[in-house]
Amino acid sequence: MAPLRYPGIESAARAVLSALDVQFSDLKDVSCCPAPGVFRSFDQQTWLAISARNLALAEVQNADIITICNGCFASLFEVAYILNNDREKLDEINAILADIDLEYNCTTNVKHFADILFKDIGVKKIADSVNYPYKNLKIAVHYGCHFLKPSNVKNIDDPERPMILDKLVEAVGATSVDYMDKNRCCGAGGGVRARAKEVALKMTADKLENIEKAGANCIVDICPFCHLQFDMGAMELGKTNIPVVNLAQLYGLAFGIDKSKLGLDIQAVPIKLDKG
Amino acid sequence: MELRIDMTDEVEVVEKKAKLVNPEFVEEVIKAGAVSVNLCWQCGTCTASCPSGLHTAFRVRKLIRRVQLGFMDEVLPADDMWMCTTCYTCHERCPRDVKIPEIIFTLRNMAVKMGYMAETHKKAATLLVKTGHTIPLDDKAKALRKKVGLIETPLTTLSNSEALEEVQKILRHTGFDKIVGA
Ligand code: SF4
Ligand code: SF4
Repeated sequence: MAPLRYPGIESAARAVLSALDVQFSDLKDVSCCPAPGVFRSFDQQTWLAISARNLALAEVQNADIITICNGCFASLFEVAYILNNDREKLDEINAILADIDLEYNCTTNVKHFADILFKDIGVKKIADSVNYPYKNLKIAVHYGCHFLKPSNVKNIDDPERPMILDKLVEAVGATSVDYMDKNRCCGAGGGVRARAKEVALKMTADKLENIEKAGANCIVDICPFCHLQFDMGAMELGKTNIPVVNLAQLYGLAFGIDKSKLGLDIQAVPIKLDKG
Repeated sequence: MELRIDMTDEVEVVEKKAKLVNPEFVEEVIKAGAVSVNLCWQCGTCTASCPSGLHTAFRVRKLIRRVQLGFMDEVLPADDMWMCTTCYTCHERCPRDVKIPEIIFTLRNMAVKMGYMAETHKKAATLLVKTGHTIPLDDKAKALRKKVGLIETPLTTLSNSEALEEVQKILRHTGFDKIVGA
């Protein structure tokens, strides 16, 4: 989703990770994660096998995977979890991967960009990298469903009262506002946007209304699919007063990274934030 | 006005409905991996938590009950279960640890095998078979990537035909190309 629809999120994430001295490289030859909402719905065995190929490619390079998307995170993390815990399934999937001379041995760690920022880098180092603080900005954070849930598998933060993303946005000096049904879904997932856009949009409209009521100046998310739903949804609903910003774009602005890399103007609702 | 109730009609309707119950359905669902379905005691916490149910007729508690009772023909062809965004709110809150999204994935897999698949979903599936991705790398996407300083074609199956061939081999092995008619 990010590389092909919101490449500004990809380039912003690369720039931010570099600014924070995180070593990373491109995992070559991978495919779509594949998208959990649709492919897991179509055929779970295919979902497992395609995802396992991606995990195995990382294993060959002895690398962990960083994802900048809740959907990729859902597929890769949950497939790794399933295969780690189900020997029989692992054998079945490896029998498929044998067709392409690959084997997965359950050693790949999958991490979400936001989790790395919070746990491995830490809010303090991030705050120290901020050159242009956003003291007056009121942010409505949107975690998205698959960063934290299912929590028995992900075990990252409290799924009902999380704080990671709130703390991460406050590192730029901004305030994270509370709003009604803050942890509710954007509406896009599970193939609903593709199959019944009007239903997805009703859920988005709920979110936007609650966010507006709380007086937020922007939404900050950590998933390009939620991002698409908020950004395109704002256009489709005719409610374009609150732009959606990916966490990497917010940090890009606050760190003072070259704006041309952040893709601020290649969204349906361009990003303009007042420092105040 | 004379009020008459024709009992023979009513009996027929009930008999017809009863024939639609497939007692093996729940076993099939369990065998396919959704082992928690019979743990549900119908409290309704899931429906009360469901963002989709706020805007549609989809009632996830009823979906689970229909599976338990074997109403396969009411469940699999219907739009209902496709209204779930897989947000996992119900999964988090279910007091009986019913893995609801897992059940929904299993049911959707069954429906797809029977040929129930939305055209828009077929399109996404076909793109995966053809490119290894679900979004096309068209001129617009290339231009946007260039604009933000990225290489035009990501170093994925999009830039290596051998890697794409590997993905396609997997998809043939699992029969995915046939399932989705790609
Ligand atoms: S919350 Fe769980 S136990 Fe209650 S109705 Fe839903 S699935 Fe059944
Ligand atoms: S996972 Fe699906 S059924 Fe459960 S609350 Fe979310 S949308 Fe509703």
